[in-house]
Amino acid sequence: MEQNFDLPEIHTPENLVYTKTKVLTDNVMHYCPGCGHGTVHRLIAEVIDEMGIQDQVIGVAPVGCSVLAYNYFDIDMQEAAHGRAPALATGIKRVFPEKFVFTYQGDGDLAAIGTAETIHACNRGENITIIFINNGIYGMTGGQMAPTTLPGMPTSTSPYGRDVKMMGNPLKITELVAMLPGTYFVTRQAVHTPALVRKTKKAIRMAFENQKLNRGVSFVEIVSNCNSGWKLTPVQAIKWLEENMLPFYPLGDLKVNGEMVSK
Amino acid sequence: MKGNEAIAEAAIRAGADAYFGYPITPQSEVIEYLMAEKPHERTGMVVLQAESEVAAINMVYGAAACGKRAMTSSSSPGISLKQEGISYIAGAELPCLILNVVRGGPGLGTIQPSQSDYFQATKGGGHGDYRLIVLAPASVQEMYDFVKLSFDLAFKYRNPVMILSDGVIGQMMEKVEIGEQYPRLTNEQIDELYPWATTGKKPGKDRRIITSLELDPGRQEQHNLKLQAKYKKMQEEEVRYEALNCEDAEYLLVAFGSSARICQKAMDLGRAKGLKIGLLRPITLFPFPSKILHELATKVKGMLTVEMNAGQMVEDVRLAVCGKVKVEHYGRFGGMIPSPAEVLHALETKIIGG
Repeated sequence: MEQNFDLPEIHTPENLVYTKTKVLTDNVMHYCPGCGHGTVHRLIAEVIDEMGIQDQVIGVAPVGCSVLAYNYFDIDMQEAAHGRAPALATGIKRVFPEKFVFTYQGDGDLAAIGTAETIHACNRGENITIIFINNGIYGMTGGQMAPTTLPGMPTSTSPYGRDVKMMGNPLKITELVAMLPGTYFVTRQAVHTPALVRKTKKAIRMAFENQKLNRGVSFVEIVSNCNSGWKLTPVQAIKWLEENMLPFYPLGDLKVNGEMVSK
Repeated sequence: MKGNEAIAEAAIRAGADAYFGYPITPQSEVIEYLMAEKPHERTGMVVLQAESEVAAINMVYGAAACGKRAMTSSSSPGISLKQEGISYIAGAELPCLILNVVRGGPGLGTIQPSQSDYFQATKGGGHGDYRLIVLAPASVQEMYDFVKLSFDLAFKYRNPVMILSDGVIGQMMEKVEIGEQYPRLTNEQIDELYPWATTGKKPGKDRRIITSLELDPGRQEQHNLKLQAKYKKMQEEEVRYEALNCEDAEYLLVAFGSSARICQKAMDLGRAKGLKIGLLRPITLFPFPSKILHELATKVKGMLTVEMNAGQMVEDVRLAVCGKVKVEHYGRFGGMIPSPAEVLHALETKIIGG
């Protein structure tokens, strides 16, 4: 319906500096304000758009906050059981080796219940892209401890902080998969500043471009924030991420072109 | 040829696109045969040994959602692991073939033959209200023949089909008539035939989503009603059974798979003694041949189900005859196989003299 608020028309060509990429649908995202999922969705969609592969991509959505990711991408997608996305992606890529296949997974999905599927898809060198969102917590189920929850970090199932003696240590699965011969590109990025968003987009682009080479898994971890789960405002959450998450999960490439990056 | 090998050869010849599996006795010959045959050279079929049964069934999900003919095989403990994936596949309405070469349980049980997964196969198996089409072969030839049939039914209904075999049929060797080589479908044919398959979004067309998730209870109920309507159609159109000597039978043996082979011999032994015994062999365990059993209930004096389990199919037979006639069960389990003489004795004591 046409609405008239007596406002000046601002949708003019000279004002149009930023638009929604066509690979995202018009559906309103359900993510909390300040969450990194929306940003990463957009970056993936931009990369697909810029590479001109919208008709050749099949995505796999996980179980977790991004369970409904298939509502937002205007591409063919499959919804996996919790942790099984790399197995689905293996099945897809094996029957469609010429298509671009990616999974989008959170830390509980990829590094807890799906550890076996993640490690073996990476070790087999499946020619797929894995996008891994690490916010150190189970967001969708209400803020429980994740495999990547930091030592001492409070969650609803570690209310007095993660006691590593009792609850075990956080799993640095990105370092782990970088060691496997089947991974070709492994990197850790973040999206809480404009500069980092641009770097992450470059990494995602490379992760998709690599599928043309058929050299193995391209694995992009994105350290993100969960304001709701962390019980912080978006601004506080970014500060907390920088002060706590990044020292434990340092940003940068771990493996490029199949070679470990020496630090 | 072994039953397990017949399945593998039939898969290649049926034009299957992909097999994903994990070794487990007594069905490892399926993947061994496939690997030795190099189906990627024969037809382009993909064969992959997964890291677990869980991964294998989810690889089937991924390939099936692309409109490809995908299958897996396992034995009882492995099929339990696959149940999560099977439930998702049923919920997402994907066609695929699952072979269960049943061994004795519960738990790690035994590697010897059994039919103790009847309930799991025919009542759903995983969580949620769903059914598989379940075919029970009684010969190596049927192992071969049911592979193409399974794919045809799976794609007709967009539903997983299970071949419920057992260690006897999987391991025994019989002559098999090998059928023709059906070509694998091209990607263009898949696009034309399966408008639901995720093959990459076509310009100007809607994107395709394969999911079992529907959070809105009203829409989830509608989805369930659609599934139930599909299962009802299967019950109306896909019932298969074999009736032997049922015309004049006074006593009826009801058995599937290898138990039916044993019962056939028991029936012959009984007939030689003048006992009018018939045999009803359900070929589809779901949909179950309830109608014919209901009709036979008015003609015979009693029925004995013979199963290599503690009494599972007997419940469906009792439901079908609805109290019209006495129905008893005779079973050996834990990997033990009944002899024909044993079956005849059970019929004589439990039904004829009972």
